[in-house]
Amino acid sequence: MSTVVSREKPGLRAAPAPAFDVGPENRLTAAFICVALVALFGGVVTGLLQALEHAGVPVHGRVPFVKSYYHSVSLHGVLNVLVWTTFFVAGVVPFLVTRALERPLASRALGWLAFGVMLAGLAIAAVPLIANAATVMFTFYPPLMAHWAFYVGLTLVVVGTWLITLNLALTLRAWWAANPGVRTPLAAFMGMVTFAMWAIASLGLAAEMLFMLIPWSLGWVSGTDALLARVLFWFTGHPIVYFWLLPAYISWYTLVPRQAGGRLFSDPMARAAFLLFLVLSTPLGFHHQFTDPGIHEGWKLVHAFLTFAVFFPSLLTFFNVVASLENGARRRGGRGWVAWFLHLPWGDPVVAAQVGAMLTFAFGGIGGLVNASFSLNLLVHNTAWIPGHLHLTVGTAVTLSFMGITYWLVPLLRGRALWSPRLALAQVWLWLVGMVIFSNALHRLGLMGMPRRTQISAAPYVTPEWKALLPLVGIGGTLLFVSAMLYFVVLVLTVVRSRTPYTADVEFAEALSGPEGVPVMFDRWKPWLALAFVLIALAYGPTLLHLAATTPLSAPGLRVW
Amino acid sequence: MNRNTTVYLYELAWILPSIAIPVGMLAALTVTAFGTGIHLPSMAGRVDPRRLAETAPFDAPGVVQIAPGVFEARMTSQIWSFTPAEIRVPAGATVTFVVTSRDVVHGLYIPHAHVNAMLLPGQVTRVTARFDTPGEYPIICHEYCGIAHHAMAGRVIVEPRR
Repeated sequence: MSTVVSREKPGLRAAPAPAFDVGPENRLTAAFICVALVALFGGVVTGLLQALEHAGVPVHGRVPFVKSYYHSVSLHGVLNVLVWTTFFVAGVVPFLVTRALERPLASRALGWLAFGVMLAGLAIAAVPLIANAATVMFTFYPPLMAHWAFYVGLTLVVVGTWLITLNLALTLRAWWAANPGVRTPLAAFMGMVTFAMWAIASLGLAAEMLFMLIPWSLGWVSGTDALLARVLFWFTGHPIVYFWLLPAYISWYTLVPRQAGGRLFSDPMARAAFLLFLVLSTPLGFHHQFTDPGIHEGWKLVHAFLTFAVFFPSLLTFFNVVASLENGARRRGGRGWVAWFLHLPWGDPVVAAQVGAMLTFAFGGIGGLVNASFSLNLLVHNTAWIPGHLHLTVGTAVTLSFMGITYWLVPLLRGRALWSPRLALAQVWLWLVGMVIFSNALHRLGLMGMPRRTQISAAPYVTPEWKALLPLVGIGGTLLFVSAMLYFVVLVLTVVRSRTPYTADVEFAEALSGPEGVPVMFDRWKPWLALAFVLIALAYGPTLLHLAATTPLSAPGLRVW
Repeated sequence: MNRNTTVYLYELAWILPSIAIPVGMLAALTVTAFGTGIHLPSMAGRVDPRRLAETAPFDAPGVVQIAPGVFEARMTSQIWSFTPAEIRVPAGATVTFVVTSRDVVHGLYIPHAHVNAMLLPGQVTRVTARFDTPGEYPIICHEYCGIAHHAMAGRVIVEPRR
């Protein structure tokens, strides 16, 4: 590395203009993000209600629209965990892929078609959800039976994501044809891996919807089966977290190093990690079903093993991203083994949000290992520990990263500088403080035996030691709500009030260890996809075939909320 | 990877422990899982949830002593109760819970007693726990099962040995 290069300050150079007319791609991305933000708003409002309920303030039954605590939890889960994440990912990943390839989507019409299908699906699902006819949580375990429109709508959302996968594949193929022998740019490679992984993983959910829940809720068949539905759900239900997380990783790998003033440490290791996620994300869903009857203990152990295998690419990511941050911090004058960390651009909400998300994710990851640890899972399954964990992972590693990404992306799309970076920064720290209080309390309550998804304020088995901690859930949740409102204020005012022009376009991080050394294998798709299918067939095949062959679809649907 | 750089050494220095750490954890997990005799629910047979009234052992829910100090608690779960709702055993009892659901998915959770299992209509759940300390243990349904889910609870009463 030459000294000239090391003195370069990427953030200060004038950004090159985009290589193609980016207007249509920008509008498509903005449309997706708008829907995502509306969902997030609904999700955090209902989240506040539950946090207050836990703290002993009986809000449910006294607020309009929300019929019950469980209606509230269903709205919160579906809006935040399914809609906010999926629409954000669907908007941002194609945006980054097209910018990295420096060419438009293969078909902009297909891009808008995907948006239309997803939006229509969301609208169809939202009607019963809001009307309290789909109070089945985001896991919708049958025989609880929602209105058919809920299942049909969610299925359309998934179909829309498949159209995006197709569009990305066509875009990438066109780029390969125009650039023979050139390495796929890292962000484009990662975006394609994310959607390819999702296309495979979503097959379980699609099968559950198409062959079980939709015909059953429409009355075409009289019964269903709880276990088979759960197996199909968790086939998708674990990898779906990678579908939300990998786009945050794309930002951590390809944008944050530059935003932090440095370079990506290792391009080959980044590609290796993503390929491992492609292969390993799906064949491990039984770790959500350790306590289910009807699945052999041996297969549960196999899935526990594979869950630990997917810890490997997570560790690769941890090292690579932290080493990239260190590179940036040292260029900014950081010294010492640990003290360099203080030299990151902490004043930039884009970086602060995402580094905060990474720190939180370290704890989320450790908690995840506990969940996956076979017998240890008995201590935490379905207790308050689980939402405590989920709020560190989806609720912070993903959500706070996405918030940081919008602080960069919304100004870029709008052409106006962020309205108040200081307020944005305050928002980020408030989120972190609120989450530490909230999540810590939930983890501890879980270990004390408090169940999740339960209206604790009305339960007969609440102990004095739970009562001592429950107010912290309310305090943490309230701080998170205030932080989310500040987030919306900053974004809305950036769009309508900010007058300072913002002209920079996307600048991806360069790599210290570049793509030249990447093994050729990493650019071939068929072997990796084949390996993914083989592992899925091995891990799921025997159980799924056995269940499909022997399960009578006999359980009638119930609407008991 | 470019072998001529120091970055390559760093890459290698991280990749190897990144493999070793999960492998070590897996070994610990396997040893504790098998060494301590902790078992997860596994295959315990199917039942027809619409015919529990004529299907043994769910036609006669209750606690049965199988051997000295060994009990079997045969239970059904339904919105929003357990049958029986109360189980009495002496301290030191080993209790195997044989449970199923009549309607929707429920949970069988006894905090601090290592009982944590799902109850699915159509499936029999079998889990075993030992109750050494006298006292009252709540049985909690920990899976959302409808509007009164939070009210669904029972208890295990462990009586001191006379």
